Amino acid sequence: MESKKRNQAYNQYVQARIPKTKPWPSLFNSFWVGGLICILGQGINDLLLLWVPNMAQQTAWGYTLIILIFLASFLTGIGVYDKIGKFAGGGSIVPITGFSNSISSAALEFKNEGIIYGLCVKMFTIAGPVIVCGVVASIVVGIVYLFI
Amino acid sequence: MAKSQTIFFKNKPVITGSYAIVGPKEGTGNFAEYFDYVMQDDRFGEDTYEKAERKMIEQAIIGAIQSSKVKPADINMILAGDLLNQLISSSYAARDFKMSYLGLFGACSTMAESIAIGATFVDAKQANNVICSTSSHFSTAERQFRFPLELGNQRPPTSQWTVTGAGACVLSQTGNGPRVTSATFGKVIDWGVKDVNNMGAAMAPAAMDTMLTHFRDTGASPEDYDLIVTGDLGKLGSEILIDLMEDNGIKLGLNYNDCGQMYFPRRHAVLCGGSGCGCSATVFNSFIMSKLKKKEYKKVLFMPTGALMSTTASQQGDTIPGICHAIVVESEED
Repeated sequence: MESKKRNQAYNQYVQARIPKTKPWPSLFNSFWVGGLICILGQGINDLLLLWVPNMAQQTAWGYTLIILIFLASFLTGIGVYDKIGKFAGGGSIVPITGFSNSISSAALEFKNEGIIYGLCVKMFTIAGPVIVCGVVASIVVGIVYLFI
Repeated sequence: MAKSQTIFFKNKPVITGSYAIVGPKEGTGNFAEYFDYVMQDDRFGEDTYEKAERKMIEQAIIGAIQSSKVKPADINMILAGDLLNQLISSSYAARDFKMSYLGLFGACSTMAESIAIGATFVDAKQANNVICSTSSHFSTAERQFRFPLELGNQRPPTSQWTVTGAGACVLSQTGNGPRVTSATFGKVIDWGVKDVNNMGAAMAPAAMDTMLTHFRDTGASPEDYDLIVTGDLGKLGSEILIDLMEDNGIKLGLNYNDCGQMYFPRRHAVLCGGSGCGCSATVFNSFIMSKLKKKEYKKVLFMPTGALMSTTASQQGDTIPGICHAIVVESEED
């Protein structure tokens, strides 16, 4: 009982001592970097429509995603994306490039343990929850869609 | 009266040799000029970081033996530990040495743990010479405890940077060098901190407990030491320790500092400072040893702390137990 009280008091004291992050500069950086990634995506989409004759909008979206994913993986491979992420935080995690980074960084990290047990097994350690959420959400939406 | 946790070494084992090897980032840190060897890159010519860490320990052990001028055949045992599961760095490194081996795990407190146990063997004349060594590597620790290296995430402001480095020293019955005069073995202390990104706060109560015990057992006070140094409490943790000690009526003055806090310059942006076994091990085996040898420090209380956590326990919602062992090292008498 005594120690529980002490622990509680100690944790409160620690919480008060923890240096706080400055939210506004962090939010500003995530906003403009995240926005820039989105503009890049829109730009790729528009250029595809402009340069490739007869491309449907649906197809252009697909190619845009592929190009963004490739770019993020490439930047991860040459060790740049983690620096962007350190600076931008959520701004470079939330767009699809962050998803790509989470998979390729894990793949790089664990390739030493072999293709199957290392790369393939560990590839989704970070991205796994995102995929699970996506699948569950689509099941829910599918069931709702069935009844309306 | 509580039972004593402190051992006084009658024969005062001598630290005859020491060696510290660090990674490139650490090589530009505040202790750069004291290290024996700075690696060109984090892989140290190996294909994985784990093998690099192993090679660091091998080099540290060989370096310590050379600096002690003791013949390898006269060394009885290696006491070593690191942070990786099953102590792979230390145990695999020990394959190449024809010596008894004890693997120790005290998380980041292992340097003091190994010296304290080694000194006990030497003091009891059960061993002529022993090697004490620990290491940590940023990239292997990140992989085991946190995220892939290339993941673009931000670190919370309380997080610390695992030092890439290994330190080793040789304890002998005879010879010249600083002497280990006493050791206080710490208890496991857990004050209910759960945040794995705030190790300093989790370990500070352990440091407080060991420090209080040490002062009680030895009758010493902080002014008796030229330097009182904790391992890797970091900026926040060492401030907490100062507060905790003040609550117990002991004021830590200018002679107190923390290896993790001192390790990196501010512009390295490592937030709360360095951490890992290598942090205290490399500072002890380079900076502190050199000051003791030059007799600029006469008496040092070296007390690295360790967070005895695992990712499994943390994910299951457990708190982080801390430990702290203290050793007193005195410079050679004239």
